[in-house]
Parts: sequence; C-alpha cells; structure tokens
Amino acid sequence: MRKLALSDEILLTVEKPARYIGNEVNMVIKDPKKVPIRFCMCFPDVYEIGMSHLGIQILYDMFNKREDVYCERVYSPWPDLEKIMREKEIPLFALESQTPIKQFDFLGITLQYEMCYTNVLQILELSQIPIFSKERKEEDPIIIGGGPCSYNPEPIADFFDIFYIGEGETNYYKMLDLYKEIKENGGSRKEFLERAAKEIEGLYVPQFYHVEYKEDGTIKSFKPNNANVPEKVLKQVQMDMTNTYYPEKPLVPFIKATQDRVVLEIQRGCIRGCRFCQAGMLYRPIRPRDIDFLKEKARKMLESTGHEEISLSSLSSSDYKELPELVYFLIDEFRQKGVNISLPSLRIDAFALDVMSKVQDVRKSSLTFAPEAGSQRLRDVINKGLTEEAILKGAMDAFKSGWNRVKLYFMLGLPTETQEDIEGIAVLSDKIAREYYTIPKDKRNGKVSIVSSTSFFVPKPFTPFQWTRMATSEEFLEKQRFLNQKMKEQLNQKSIKYNWHEAELTMLEGVLARGDRKLGKVIYDAYKAGCVFDSWSEYFKFDIWMECFEKNGIDPLFYTARERQEDEVFPWDFIDIGVSKKFLWLEYQRAKQETVTPNCRQKCAGCGAKIFGGGVCFESQD
Amino acid sequence: MPDVVQRYLEEVCVLKVRIKFSKTGSMKFIGHLDVMRYFQKAIRRSGIDVAYSQGFNPHQLISFASPLGVGLTSDGEYMDMQLNSSFSSKEAMDRLNEVMNEEIQIVNYVELDDGSKNAMSIVAAADYCISIKDGYDFPENYREMFEKFIEQPEIIVLKKTKKSEKTMDIRPYIYHVAYMPEEFVKKTGGILKNTVAEQYENNRRIFMQITNGSVINIKPEVIIEAFCKFAGIEFQPFAYQIHRMEVYADINADNKVDEKDYGKNRKLIPLDAFGHEIL
Repeated sequence: MRKLALSDEILLTVEKPARYIGNEVNMVIKDPKKVPIRFCMCFPDVYEIGMSHLGIQILYDMFNKREDVYCERVYSPWPDLEKIMREKEIPLFALESQTPIKQFDFLGITLQYEMCYTNVLQILELSQIPIFSKERKEEDPIIIGGGPCSYNPEPIADFFDIFYIGEGETNYYKMLDLYKEIKENGGSRKEFLERAAKEIEGLYVPQFYHVEYKEDGTIKSFKPNNANVPEKVLKQVQMDMTNTYYPEKPLVPFIKATQDRVVLEIQRGCIRGCRFCQAGMLYRPIRPRDIDFLKEKARKMLESTGHEEISLSSLSSSDYKELPELVYFLIDEFRQKGVNISLPSLRIDAFALDVMSKVQDVRKSSLTFAPEAGSQRLRDVINKGLTEEAILKGAMDAFKSGWNRVKLYFMLGLPTETQEDIEGIAVLSDKIAREYYTIPKDKRNGKVSIVSSTSFFVPKPFTPFQWTRMATSEEFLEKQRFLNQKMKEQLNQKSIKYNWHEAELTMLEGVLARGDRKLGKVIYDAYKAGCVFDSWSEYFKFDIWMECFEKNGIDPLFYTARERQEDEVFPWDFIDIGVSKKFLWLEYQRAKQETVTPNCRQKCAGCGAKIFGGGVCFESQD
Repeated sequence: MPDVVQRYLEEVCVLKVRIKFSKTGSMKFIGHLDVMRYFQKAIRRSGIDVAYSQGFNPHQLISFASPLGVGLTSDGEYMDMQLNSSFSSKEAMDRLNEVMNEEIQIVNYVELDDGSKNAMSIVAAADYCISIKDGYDFPENYREMFEKFIEQPEIIVLKKTKKSEKTMDIRPYIYHVAYMPEEFVKKTGGILKNTVAEQYENNRRIFMQITNGSVINIKPEVIIEAFCKFAGIEFQPFAYQIHRMEVYADINADNKVDEKDYGKNRKLIPLDAFGHEIL
C-alpha cells in the first residue's frame, strides 16, 4: 500500500483530502531511488486549478518518457493544510512519491498569472528551500520558472535560478542531459547554471545579469555580468506541432477540476494581432497541428481518460482551416457515446450555429461575443476585427434558431478611450436586445438575456501597448460607475445584466506585469506579512500590499500610470520573442491613428516572427 | 425514435447488472460523489456497453447501493448498471479492473434476475469491522466492556438530523457482535472472505452486523461513541478505522411494521445474491 505524507488525522481534517494523495488515473509510477533525475512540476495555485492546465500535462508526459527522469507534481496547499504543515513542520511533498520536494533535483514552477507570485514563495518556504536564489546550497533543487509570466520575469528574478523562456518541447531534454553530465562528473550548481545559460538557447539565469537604474527609476543598462552568457535570450518555439510531444494518457483527478475534460490543442499562436493581447504576440507565428494527428489524439485521450467531454483549445478556433472537418468528425464519432464537445473561442457564424445546435441544448446555452470595446473607433484602435454588423447578424441568426442568451465581454481603460466609447458598450448591449425584439412575438423564445461584463485593461509586455499609461483605480471605478449609469438609461435595461471586476487587484496586476527587479523585495515583504492566494478575492489583502510598497519607498504608479518614452529600456527587453520592438512601436502609432493592421493570413505585417522559419509566415496568403 | 420503441429499448432490451467492489488505502479519502464520477469514467475506459439517458446531456444509467463515508474502507460496495449488452462476468471484471486503481477493485459482477429491485431501495443491513488504529488508547478489556454495553436492555443515543434532534434506542438494530472474524461469521452465518481491511498491530477489533439503508440507518461511529460514553472513555474521532464488509437486503422486509420491530424477522441476503454470473 502507498504510504502517504499526511496522516489519516490530517487528511480527515482538511477540506478535499483528494488534493494531496495523488494516485489519480494515469499517474506515472517509478521508483525514485532508481531514477537519476527527479523533477517536480508545480502549478502555484490550488489543485483543481493546477490540474486543469494543459502545459503541465504535456511536459509531465514528455519528461516521464525518459527513463532517467521521474517527473512528479505539486500544487499550493490550501490555507487549512498550510496551517497544519507549518505547525507540525511537515515539508511540502510531491503527489506521486509523497516525498519532500527538497530532495528533488528540479522544481519547475509554471507562472500563468502575476497574482501567483506570493504562492511561489509559499511553495518554496513550505518545501524548506531558501526563498532567495543566492542563498541556495548545492543540495537544494534548481528552481525553474516558465509560462507566460516568464516573459517578464524581473519582479521575481531573485527567487529563481533559471527561467525557461518559451515552449518547453524544444530544449528541456538538452537541459536534462547537461544536468546529468555535470552531476555524473561531480560538477557544481554554479557550473550547471553557467553552462545552461551559455549553451542552451532560451534559458535565462538572472544572477548572471546586472541592472543599473537611472535617477528617475527607469533602466539605464541591463547587461550580463558573466562573459559566457548571451546578451539576449531567444524565445523557444516548437515549429513542428505534429511530430512532437502530446499526452495520450492525461491525468484524471478524483475531484472535479476546473477543466474536467480532454483538451485538444489544435494550434498554437494567433493571426489576429489584437493590440492588447500578449498571447497573440508571444506565440507567433501561428502553427496548426495536422488534422489526422488531432483525430487520433482525441480518440486515444477519450479512451484513456473516460472523460465525457472534449474541448478544443486555441486562441481563435475559427482560424483553424479544417475546423469543420474536425468538429463533424468528433460529433459523428463520439456523440452517441455521450461525449460532449465544447468549442470556446469560436466566431459566431453559420457553421458555429450548426455545430452548437448539435452539441448543446439551445434553450440553455448562450452565445458569446468578445467585442472588447464599445465603439468601432476603439475596436480599430485595439485592432479587434469584430464589427457591430457581424455581431448583430450573428446574434440575429442565433435568435432565429432559438437562442435567447448572449454574453458580451469588454474592457474598460483601453488607450484613447472616451466617454462615448464607454457608452458604446451600453448602446451595443441594447442594440442586440432591440434586434431580438424585432422577431414577431410568437416566434420568440421568451425574453432575451444579455450579460455584459467588463474587465480592466492591463498593458502587458511585448504588446503594442507596452508603452501606454494604465488607468488608476479611481479612474477605473469612475468609468465603471459611468457605464453602470448608461446601462440603466437603455430601453432594454431590464434585459441587460452588467458584471464588473474589482479595481485593486487589477492595479497590482499592472504593477507586476511591467515591473522590474526592484519589486522583488515588495513581493517578499508582502508574502512575509501574510499575502498569499492573491488571485482569490477572499484572501487578497490590498492594504498590506500598499504598506509594503511604501515601506520599500516604491510608488506603484511608476509602473502603471506612466506613459513610457519610445526609447525606454524595458525590464523584458533582453528577451527576443521574434516580434521586434520596432514593430510593436509602429503598431502603437497605428493604434493612435485608429488604423487597422490586416491579419497574418491577409498580409504579412513584417512583425519579425518569420525568423522562426515556419508557420503562417510561409503559408501562401489569401 | 417513437416513444414506444424508446420504452421498449429502455425497459426490455436493457440488461441490469450489479457489481460489487472493494475500496481501501488512499481511496478512502475519496467521497461518495467523486467515487460516482470515478466509476462513470472507469466504465467509459473499460468499453462496457452502458446505457445512457436521452437528451442533450446524456448520463449513464448507474446507481449506488449505499454511500460510504469519507475515511471508511470496504469489501462490499454495490453499484447497479443498465447495459445494452454485456461481456461475460469474468471479462467485464477484468476490463474494469484493468482500468481501475488497485485500491478500488471489482470483486463480483452479476446479471440481475428479472424483477429485481435496485440496490439502493433494498439495503437493510451491513457488516462492519471497527479497528483501533495504532497509537490510540483503547482499553485492553474492551471485549468484556463491550459485551456489558450490548447487554443493556436499551441504548439511547441522541440522533441529530439537519432539522431536529431526537433520542432513539439503537439496541434493537445491533444484530450481532463479535471480536474475531471466525466468531463473527459463525454468528452471522456467513463465510470467511478475503479482506482489504487495513490491519493494525494492536489487533483490537469489533465486528458488528447492524441495520443500514433508507428506513433506519445507524452509523457505526454512533455505536462507538455510545460505547465510549458507557465505558467512561474518551471518544477520539480519528482513532477508529471503520471497514464495511458486506451489505444485505432483507427478503422478509416489511416496511409497514412499527419502527422498533424493524428487522425483527429479518432474513438477510448479500446484494449480489440477487443475480447470476454471465458465462
């Protein structure tokens, strides 16, 4: 029988003990004593969220394919268990072998959102591993960060030994080979980090870089302090999306995860070039997977997991050229077996409506549009191709087929936004409702329901808006109040529900997103003062964060409410994502001129991602 | 599909099967709802031809006999399934066990005889083994004390429900008590079987056959708590490993009898005795 790290008494005291026992279907079992490299993969949030992440499933499968590696998993313990672990000094453990993380060779932490940074420190501290990289000894695991936030790793640079910039499929094996070689030859931690930074593309070792600041707080220089490491770190891109790693036996948790389904990633990247969207720039160029590969993986994953749902994953599913063939295949093959098919990020058109009517109950499901901005002018600024005409037509077609629920997503605080643009959100919501009521009463399906949600815009690194000023919390709240008022003035206000977000969390996200190394001590102090699970509103302690900024003499508005100069050196400039800073600046100017840039399939905009030698950059254009 | 055909398919063509499974080790931390989800996925992985309900969100036609609390282990859990077609019992069990965790294993698979009621509706009693976990105090002479405890003419406990609290005499519903497996099977008329129950060095155990199910349900921990109170020892919620060994239906069941006479003329039959092996 497996020995668990926690006693019966503890497991029967905490909420959802299944978070901590491992043993899920398709868990990989190896003897840790017989494997030379032990790698623990971590998602620094609660189990149900972490288990829903596709990236870890891909890397878990890829690492465990190697006989010389045992890859295990760990997630953030929920506060009820954290308290017990601290009281009883129980070291944080991996789910598979139930042994302490501090015995591992590597701890790889995925950074999916900025608000997980204090959870990263919690993971390190509960693992009894020194929080600061410089304090770690030979026997401590190497701490690696990856995922979207590693495209600006500077606020948390002090806590990591390495950041892997880009897609894991390309260079992790090389890194493991290097580690094994150095370990066998009795080499040191320092030797490994040096050679990793020097020899393996995409690996960034923060301790080998030195930052100097100007008097105004911006960066004067960002240079290697070690002659062997490169000045720029090149983003890693897996160009062949078909002959590559993809799990056939994903893990199936016992408790319901947020994503309780098979996830089929149909392509990576996006052709659209929305100017607010970081993923759209980071993952260029778009790379579709082969349709036969996807069909086969879908079958194998459904068989090996027993899941009752499959979801297609990509930034914009409608841009996958063979989408109809793939979707009709899934419906024909798996619908009678009770498998549900979920299609997020689908543009509403005739095909989408046909598919949706086959896989969902029209009366219970809703249509989703993401216009992001309320006016055509502002949609041109952000380069969001969706027009009002397309939204109204899509909605009308759907209404005629029986739908009566619509969800709309918008952002407040986009660059150049005026009151008219904000009012446009209310007007558009109302227009959709008016459209519905043009249908004769006997042909309608009851009342229409429009749910409009706004989030606050946060400028992100590597987007055309990386220079832009972000609104302050007060400004955000004012915009929100204004829109709420305008919503109430609409003819169909009773059919429209308006949902909004909290401003304080957004402000902190804005600081961390475009932050620099000076923020490390603020994050550390906030964690020490009790901040953890910041993304959970019931745990978010804004006041403590503000005290920590003040204590360290740092003004958060320096990072958010400041328009940057064209030539400002950004903390993330040392990363080469293919897309050039020059292109991003040009796009920023075009945004201000309300000029739309065609998508990658219409016309190459010369962003720079062509250096990766494939994907859409080499497709013939329409 | 015409309604008539639909009904024909559902009522006549559908095959009813009952499986018996064990649950042990770390799986004891998986609650009843998650065990149901686990089975839904396991059935899909196994290739068993389960029947689904109609509509946009079809669900498998399966149901469980009696939920097992978090922390409990078992040799005798039951689930009923409606199938369109079936493998032989042996192949079906092999297929399921192949895709299951070693801590939940199928131990029997029978086709239900015509007219059998579903498991949930007929549960009347269950056998339990309560072990004292190592590291917890429990008196050495617990047998004598427990004998005295059940020799009482009545054992009054406070039963709490969501709505109310009421006192109840649980003595009539404790059918048999023993301290060794051989002694227990002799008293209950059963046979010694393999068990997945965890074994502890102190070897302090109490076996009991008690009522269970929807009419009157007594949890074993309620009995232990009452015993501790009787014996003047501290009730420690985590000290007892409760293990269910078997679940029974009562073929003499008479739901019209007075509450205190419930189970008096019982004739208990394990739930998998209502079907036959598929060859």
